[in-house]
Amino acid sequence: MAKETNFLTEFPTLPVELIRAFKKTTDASYKAFSREYGDYIESFFNPLLKFLVFWEKLLVSTPWPVIIGIVCAFAFYGTRSYKIVIGIIISFFFVGYMGMWGDMMESMGFIIVATIMAIAFGIPLGIWMAKSNRAQAIITPILDFMQTLPPFVYLIPVVMLLGIGKIPGLISVIVYAIPPMIRLTNLGIREVDHEILEAADSFGATPWQKLTQVQFPLALPTIFAGVNQTIMMALAMVIIASMIGVKGLGQEVLRAITNQYFTLGMLNGLAIVILAIVFDRISQAYGKRIQKHRSGDAI
Amino acid sequence: MLSNKIEIKNLYKIFGPNPSSLIEKVNNGVGKDELLEEYRHVLGLNKINLNIADHSLQVIMGLSGSGKSTLIRHINRLIEPTSGEMIVDGQDVLRLSQKELLEFRKNKTAMVFQKFALLPHKTVLENVSFGLFIKQVDQGEAEKKSMHWIDRVGLLGYEHRYPQQLSGGMQQRVGLARALANDPDILLMDEAFSALDPLIRKDMQDILLELQLELKKTVVFITHDLDEALKLGDSIAILKDGSMDQEGKAVDILLDPKTEYVKKFVEDVNRSRVLKAKNIMQDSSQISKELLAGQTMKVKSEDVIEKFIDKVVIEKPNLLEVTDKNGLSLGYLTSERLSQILRK
Repeated sequence: MAKETNFLTEFPTLPVELIRAFKKTTDASYKAFSREYGDYIESFFNPLLKFLVFWEKLLVSTPWPVIIGIVCAFAFYGTRSYKIVIGIIISFFFVGYMGMWGDMMESMGFIIVATIMAIAFGIPLGIWMAKSNRAQAIITPILDFMQTLPPFVYLIPVVMLLGIGKIPGLISVIVYAIPPMIRLTNLGIREVDHEILEAADSFGATPWQKLTQVQFPLALPTIFAGVNQTIMMALAMVIIASMIGVKGLGQEVLRAITNQYFTLGMLNGLAIVILAIVFDRISQAYGKRIQKHRSGDAI
Repeated sequence: MLSNKIEIKNLYKIFGPNPSSLIEKVNNGVGKDELLEEYRHVLGLNKINLNIADHSLQVIMGLSGSGKSTLIRHINRLIEPTSGEMIVDGQDVLRLSQKELLEFRKNKTAMVFQKFALLPHKTVLENVSFGLFIKQVDQGEAEKKSMHWIDRVGLLGYEHRYPQQLSGGMQQRVGLARALANDPDILLMDEAFSALDPLIRKDMQDILLELQLELKKTVVFITHDLDEALKLGDSIAILKDGSMDQEGKAVDILLDPKTEYVKKFVEDVNRSRVLKAKNIMQDSSQISKELLAGQTMKVKSEDVIEKFIDKVVIEKPNLLEVTDKNGLSLGYLTSERLSQILRK
């Protein structure tokens, strides 16, 4: 009698020893794998590290007025709005004045590299997915999995393989931020009007001509929405990535959490928000500009 | 007799997972509804045979779902048939390799679409030269050719606009110029004017007829509008449920509809506006001597009935003499026959 109540209230499990053995062997074999190939993989990612360091150094060593000037020029070309430019100047001055300029530049370099990598891998994958239904069937569940897995969890294998540092941080940020890039590239290309594709076919366009002349340009607004999403997700991941050694604003936030420095946390959080808004406004503005032909106004 | 530019032979198209197994059934008389109900396949085209003469304007007519758009897409093989032959200039388009097919599309055909299908991110000039770009024609030459056609369709001054900034009629002019810039032998027009307002539509029909007079392309024109078909078509083919219902000269279809379906179609046509004197004139041997000896009223062979009917009512001649533009007699028309034709 007592046994049966136990059966219903306590979920039947594998024997504890078996579970322990399972965890042990999996971890051990993964560790063995990373011990065996870790160096090799690390050297494989070396160019990426150099690329990242180059950007960080570039941003940190460039005089701050030049950086502000460049960002404002980008913003103005995209938005044609003085309000946004003035907003950027004020908020960047605030960040700098509060002593967070260097950290912000490091984070900015990190985000730029992560976004470039996400675009470089995401767009070809998205195109492949749009061209092949089988590719879509395989990639979609992987993306679903990547997007629902808590970001902390996939820090673990990356850290086991590559240790703590910039590269594992960057890889986990890219992995976290790439799904919208792939998805929206796929969506944008699949959404292209069937009749327009038929027209291209009727003129004898090759698949490559169709992609470059019709599908990709018409998908660009959607692809840009993907770039915007990717940047936002990369920014969100900056704090988590700081747990495995990524420097910048995230690391300060982490320090604030562990030491209960409320003001430090708030200030660095605010700097991340400012960075997010600047990136968001600029990338959205460029997304809108490439849609200018869609409006009925005379140009 | 003109030679045939396009010969369509026993063309079948069945949509579904296993179409070729069902051709036999369709041949044995399984209809469109039954095929859908019992075999879950859609009958697109059922044994189509059609010859299209070189330099002629062939209209293919039918209601939506009749298979007319499917048929025109077989000519440049945007749709693969289930079986049959599509012979253009003596060559079966359906046997071309993928590479040959691209060459065929680049050089032999060009298509104009119902919803224009222009590239929204390219200007009018870039749209018109799209076919030439695909053919990798030198850019300067492509631009020169494109500007010529932009001029011909009356869009000079709009070449740097985007399609969205133009009205529907203007957009379709771009579509027409884009097709013509490629200098194809065959112009495929899929309900090209159906999306336009009636007035604009009439303009476009006139532009097409005017251009055709000069260019003498082989034009395949799809429409669901009989008035348009009668106005444009040298010959008309009427499709119903994927089968050919009747095919022939516009006048023959109007005066001698072979099936109930075609009869219903032509019932409401204003004959006096469509039929020309030359279409309905009789030979002098069919006219009695007394009538021939009496007074006649002269009408021009190219005039539609509407043009001379008022004079007939006032002058009440017993006999009309049909003459060509030089005044030479071509034939006669009794008032009985005229009233018979107008009475239907």
